[in-house]
Amino acid sequence: MKVIVIGGGIIGAATARSLARRGIATTVLERGRNVGGTSSAGEGNLLLSDKGPGDELRLTQYSSTLWPRVDAELADELGPGFPSVEFERKGGVVVATTAEGAQPLLDFAAAQRSAGVIAHAVQPNDARCLEPHLNPDITAAVHYPEDAQVQPVIMTEALIASAMLSGAQFSENEAVLAGIRNPQGALVGVTTTKRALYADAVIVASGPWSGEVAALLGVNLPVRPRRGMVLVTSRMPHRILHKVYDADYVGAVGSGEAALQTSSVVETTAAGTVLIGSSRQQVGFDSRLDVAVLRELAQKALRLFPFLAGIPVMRSYGGFRPFMPDHLPVIGPDPRLPGLWHATGHEGAGIGLSVATGALLADLLTGVAPAIDVLPFSPSRASLAPHLEQLVA
Amino acid sequence: MTVPDVLVIGAGPAGLAAARAARRRGASVTLLDSSDELGGQYWRHLPPQRPSEREAVLHHGWSAFTALREWLERSAGVTIIRQAYVWAIETREGRPGAVFVVVGEVDGEDRPQLVFEPGALILATGAYDRTLPFPGWDLPGVFTAGAAQALAKGERVAIGRRVVVAGAGPFLLPVAASLAATGSTVLGVYEANRTASLIAGWLPRPWQLLRAARKGGELAGYVRGHLRHRIPYRVGKAVIRADGTDRVETVTIASVDAAWSPLAGTEQTIAVDAVCVGHGFTPRLELAIAAGCALSDDDFVWVDERQQTSIPLVFAAGEVTGIGGVDLALAEGEIAGHLAAGGSIQDAALAPALAHRRTYRSFASRIENAHGVAGGWSEWLTPDTVVCRCEEVTYGVLCDAASATGGASLRSLKLSSRAGLGICQGRVCGRTIEDLIAKRAPGLAGGPGHSDAPVSSAADRVRTDRRPIAVPIRLGELAAEPTPLSSPSLSDRLRERHP
Amino acid sequence: MTSFRLPPCDDPVRPAEVPGIRIALDGRTVEGVDGQSIAGVILGSGILAWRTTSKNARPRGVFCGIGVCFDCLVEVNGARDVRACQRRARDGDVVTTQYDELPVRVRAAPFEEVPDDRA
Repeated sequence: MKVIVIGGGIIGAATARSLARRGIATTVLERGRNVGGTSSAGEGNLLLSDKGPGDELRLTQYSSTLWPRVDAELADELGPGFPSVEFERKGGVVVATTAEGAQPLLDFAAAQRSAGVIAHAVQPNDARCLEPHLNPDITAAVHYPEDAQVQPVIMTEALIASAMLSGAQFSENEAVLAGIRNPQGALVGVTTTKRALYADAVIVASGPWSGEVAALLGVNLPVRPRRGMVLVTSRMPHRILHKVYDADYVGAVGSGEAALQTSSVVETTAAGTVLIGSSRQQVGFDSRLDVAVLRELAQKALRLFPFLAGIPVMRSYGGFRPFMPDHLPVIGPDPRLPGLWHATGHEGAGIGLSVATGALLADLLTGVAPAIDVLPFSPSRASLAPHLEQLVA
Repeated sequence: MTVPDVLVIGAGPAGLAAARAARRRGASVTLLDSSDELGGQYWRHLPPQRPSEREAVLHHGWSAFTALREWLERSAGVTIIRQAYVWAIETREGRPGAVFVVVGEVDGEDRPQLVFEPGALILATGAYDRTLPFPGWDLPGVFTAGAAQALAKGERVAIGRRVVVAGAGPFLLPVAASLAATGSTVLGVYEANRTASLIAGWLPRPWQLLRAARKGGELAGYVRGHLRHRIPYRVGKAVIRADGTDRVETVTIASVDAAWSPLAGTEQTIAVDAVCVGHGFTPRLELAIAAGCALSDDDFVWVDERQQTSIPLVFAAGEVTGIGGVDLALAEGEIAGHLAAGGSIQDAALAPALAHRRTYRSFASRIENAHGVAGGWSEWLTPDTVVCRCEEVTYGVLCDAASATGGASLRSLKLSSRAGLGICQGRVCGRTIEDLIAKRAPGLAGGPGHSDAPVSSAADRVRTDRRPIAVPIRLGELAAEPTPLSSPSLSDRLRERHP
Repeated sequence: MTSFRLPPCDDPVRPAEVPGIRIALDGRTVEGVDGQSIAGVILGSGILAWRTTSKNARPRGVFCGIGVCFDCLVEVNGARDVRACQRRARDGDVVTTQYDELPVRVRAAPFEEVPDDRA
């Protein structure tokens, strides 16, 4: 079997790795350079804490079980010469900063517990044992020991290197121009800036650009870019020990609001810098600096950790998340066009969900029963139907 | 105070000349500089607390500077804000953007934040030393040429008793002269380029030297100074390593060929207590990039004959548009200031500045031809040579990351190895890493001109110099709302600082 | 032999004699003159290095001298990450050297035992 994956980000890399390890001849086409888009513009979150009971949580829990294994496999395959992917299960601490925010957070955690998430409600005073520099005025806190982090660029490069060891091919600076159809109308390959390439399946893994790519192949896909910004501080003594975020974050993630939303997510990197995210804004692919966004991020970070007021910010960066109108990724075959598959729409969770996405696609393509139910992520799911146009013959 | 007509960023030669020309043309001018003294790096001088009788001894064109300074300080309609750190620029359609500034002590706390939305913006942000890595360059006692110069001129501090000056370019000469005038023994000035290249660069049109007489005079003065201090000037030689336990104790100098490859067997080790090294200059591009300005092919700010950048009403002058020395910077500044204030390039008043610019530009290109960096220098690196000083990334680690990932993009390699991600944000190592990666994997590096994908290469290319936060600002300052320009408390605070 | 401040009597520039200032560098008194940078005061007294690097614990002092390289960072009167080469020293400044060690990683650590109020 031959498969084409369009997109050299973490979803494309993880998918190529899973397929290649099952013996599928996989070619990844990247129009620019690998790891040049969303995968290099995030924080590397592997979060269960921000997901309520439901399909996305189940997918995340599945991914969470895969991560330690993938981490160990990559270390074995790539050896000590390869930079560390910095996989750390450091745990998350979610706090409410207002009186009215406390009960919803505790209720949310209780619901998550019933869905199998480890979520310890912590007295505000005890939260300071976990995070000694936390603002003492918080009103509630929940500890999620399963939350983890990777360095997303190294992780993607590692998945690419591993996929290549299993025989996958990656071609950079090769853009897809159009689909190739057989007389029955099925997609059997793509033409690119370099060649015509045939395959049994074409998987669109182009993140927020997946809508453009799908259109080139003949279908619409309602993926939209949702901009995010992150601040990076200078290196400092290790004072923030977990991923710490404001309970507002859950609301912002789940919201479809186009207007600016920020919620504070604060964490230390392996280099000793602190990342402060994150904003959500639907402004198309507009990447211009907006100081008001940075200011709001700073203000909210200080509500969590007042000591940060004296710490310099040395950099900001940002990118575009692939946003779906029904807040679920699309993983699976497109019923409108045989031969076309999707692996996109993970919004801000793509790093964490990448290995699960790859594994599910490999299962589906090789006829193995997937480890979890994939119908909720199918392009043919009901919640997506209002947004899909039928294929014009 | 009202919103200014013309905002000038940088009070070195170009910025000072621009501010004066804009004011003479009737604009209301605001001049910002990060230092608490005017003059920039070129006219770095002793603070007012330490008046000196003969400061001019240390400077070229000192009287030109003091005249500019006095004129600007006396002029109504010119607001000078010292210790002003421009940390961000937001772009606006069809006009200069919003310029975000904190004002106060360098790296201070709770400094007030101002926002300017000028009618025209002039970027005169200058350049800083480029220093190529070599084994041991991270030892204390190794300085850039600019550091030696700044400490000598601004503080009368010498970096050491026995000092070697090395690198490339005419700037090494005034640095050696300043060191000698500050009590150091300069053991030698080592220029990596060879006589043939120097002659080729300097001599094809000797009559231009006459027209650039002021520059010639400046250099001649330094050469005379060298003779007086008996400083040896050696060409075709480079410092290829420094050794010592916790500080530099010796340097090794070797002959290099025309491509700067060290020649085996020519090494010579000298005991020193300091070495200062400079291999030309890197323009300070972050504000120009933030303002949306296009870059030239050789990575300076692109300007037209009016000194206007690719963004309407945003002008640039001085070293940020090309390394050309003080006289070129003054001419460009004057042109930029005049046009930013609504003048025309046809105006008779501008004729002398235009003529000066022509003369000094051709002079500058010849200096570049004679003293440019050649590629052989990477041969003096060893696997454990630090290339990124902030994150202590070695050449070996960078090469391993490149091999392990099978030729990842420059951007990905930097994010994987952390080279260039430290607090200097690639200011020191950015170009070096681009060059090293381009050299290892031509066509893969994504550095300037090395990628066949126009979109990604353009993106990669500005990556090193793209710093949306142009200078660190504390989170508490970022979180605070800007102070309105008309606020009385603001004028009080600014006055407190500058009585 | 090392870095030093040229005494005015030997200086061809003839700077005026000005008041001395004192700063504390990790508790040790270092003397300079009014108008100097913190780095200038330290270098002028013959000390070449003060910061310790995070990864290899190596000594660093001034490198670029013009605020570009950030090698000379110090804590001044409680505020960290101040470029010593750019900040004017004031009499009585308390300067502390910086050594920011890298965080210890909690690579896939077992889940922590934490107080739980579910009971």
